[in-house]
Amino acid sequence: MLHKLRFSPYTSLAPALILILVMLGASLLYAIAESLGFISVINQSEVNFKAWRITLTSDSEFWVSLGFSLWVSITSTILASIFALLVAVWLSEHRAKSENPQSGAKWDTLALNWNLAFPHLVWATALLLFLSQSGLLARWAASLGIITFTDQFPVLIRDRFGFGIILHYVTKEIPFLALIILSILQSQPIGYDVVAENLGANRWQKLRYVTIPQVLPALLAGALLVFGFIFSSYEVPALLGIGYPRALPVLALRFFLNPDLLARSEGMVISLIITIIVILVAMVSLKLADKENKT
Amino acid sequence: MRKAITLSLRILLYFILVAPLLLFIAYGFSTRWFFPAPFPTELTTLTFARAMNDSRTLTGLHEGLLIAIIVSLLSLTLAFPAARVLGLRQFRGRQFAWLLLFLPTVVPPLAIGMGLNILFLQLGLAGTIFGVVLAHLVPTLPYTIFTLSSAFARYDENFEHQALALGAKPNADIFQCYFADDDSQSSSSDIICLSNFMESIFAHFADWRRKDYHSAYFVICGGFGRRSSYHWN
Repeated sequence: MLHKLRFSPYTSLAPALILILVMLGASLLYAIAESLGFISVINQSEVNFKAWRITLTSDSEFWVSLGFSLWVSITSTILASIFALLVAVWLSEHRAKSENPQSGAKWDTLALNWNLAFPHLVWATALLLFLSQSGLLARWAASLGIITFTDQFPVLIRDRFGFGIILHYVTKEIPFLALIILSILQSQPIGYDVVAENLGANRWQKLRYVTIPQVLPALLAGALLVFGFIFSSYEVPALLGIGYPRALPVLALRFFLNPDLLARSEGMVISLIITIIVILVAMVSLKLADKENKT
Repeated sequence: MRKAITLSLRILLYFILVAPLLLFIAYGFSTRWFFPAPFPTELTTLTFARAMNDSRTLTGLHEGLLIAIIVSLLSLTLAFPAARVLGLRQFRGRQFAWLLLFLPTVVPPLAIGMGLNILFLQLGLAGTIFGVVLAHLVPTLPYTIFTLSSAFARYDENFEHQALALGAKPNADIFQCYFADDDSQSSSSDIICLSNFMESIFAHFADWRRKDYHSAYFVICGGFGRRSSYHWN
C-alpha cells in the first residue's frame, strides 16, 4: 500500500495541486458568497440577490463599463492580430530571402522578446510620458511652434474613447501574437508558397490562400487569450483611462474598496461576471488549439 | 531602395523598443524639465539619489526582492515533482490535472485577489509577507509547471538508470542528470518568476504610501490605482 502510494503520480502532484485548489476554490467560494450578500465580517448571513439585481438593472454603470471594456478589448485584439500577421509575414519572407538568415532572425526575435519583457505598467507609463498633453511629443510640437499651450495638443491618451488603452495593448500584444505566428510559419515546409508562386499567385493571393489558412487556427486561439487578458486586466485601464467610462475591472475594484461593506457585494458580482466571460473565451480558445493539434 | 526601406523600418522598430528606457532615463536624471522644453534642461543625479535614499524605496526594494526570491524558490520546489510526473508519465486523470492547473492562468487575478483577501483576513495572513507569497504562488506555480514539464517531455529517464547502474549515488547523480538536461528550461522558468520579482518590486514601490495591503493582488491592483491617481491627477 505504502509502496503503491509512493509511486503514484498523484503523490508528486499533490503539493502543487492542493495549494492551487485550496486557494482558487476558497477565493471563488468567498467571491460567490459575498456576491450573494453573505458577508461574515459584519455577521450578515442572509442570502439574497440584491447585489446582482442592482448591478444588472438597465441604468447601472455596469453596462457602460461592459460596453467600454468590450470595445477596448475587441478593437485591440483585432488590430494587434492584423499587425502581428503583417509583421510575422514580413519577417519570415525577409528571412527566407536574406543570404545570412541566422543573424537577422536572432535580432528580430530578440527585439520581439524584449518588448514582451517590459511590464505592462512600465510600457503604459512610457506612453503617458510621451503622448500626454504635456508629454514629450507635445513639447516637441511646442518647440516647433505648432502649439503654444498644452491644451492645444490633442488628447491622445486618457481620453473618453479608450484610444490610449487600445494603443497600449496593440503595441504590447503585437510581439506576442507575431511570435506565435512566426513559430507556425517556421514549422511549415517552405514548399507551399513556392508552389503557389509557380502557379502564378501574386503576393496578395499567396497571403490570402496560403499563409492565412496556415496560421489562422493558432492566431485565433492566441487572439482569444489576448482578448481574455485585456478584458480582465486592471492596471492599464486604471493608469490610462479616465473616471467615466471606466473599464469593468476598474469598476469592480472601486466597488470592492468602497468603505461601505455592502458595496463589496457589487464588486464581487462584477468580478464574477468578468471571470465567467474570460473562462468561456478561454474554453473556446482551448478547443481551437486542440483542433489544430489534431489536424 | 527596397533594402533601404527595410533597414529604416527595422531601425524604427528597434528605436521604439528602446524608447521607453531612454524616456525613463531622461526623466529620472533631470530636474525642472517644464513644459515647452523639448529636451531635459538640467541634468542631475539628485532626483535619482533622493529616490534611492528614501527609506520607503529601500524597504520596498528589500521586501519585493525577498518575496520574489521566496516565491521563485517555492514554486520551483513545488512544481518540480509535479512537472516531472506530468512530463514523463501517462496516467489516468492526467488531462484533468492539466485542466486544473490551467484554471489559475485564466481566472482573472482580480477575482482571485478579491476572494483571497477575505480568506486571508480571517486567517490573519492579510498584510503578512507569507500571505503575499502564497497569493503569488497561484499564478506562478502553473507557469513553472508548464515550462518545466515541457523540458521533461524531452528528458529520458534512462539517463538516471544508467547513472545508477554505473554506481552513482541516487540523489547526487539524479541531480546531475537533471541539470545537465534542463538547464535552459529551468532558467526560462526562473525568468518568468523574475518577471514576478519585478511585479512585486513594483507593487511595493507603488504601495509605499500604505502598508496595510491584504494580498499580493490587492497590492498590485489597489496600489497602482492609488499611485496613478496620486501622480497623474
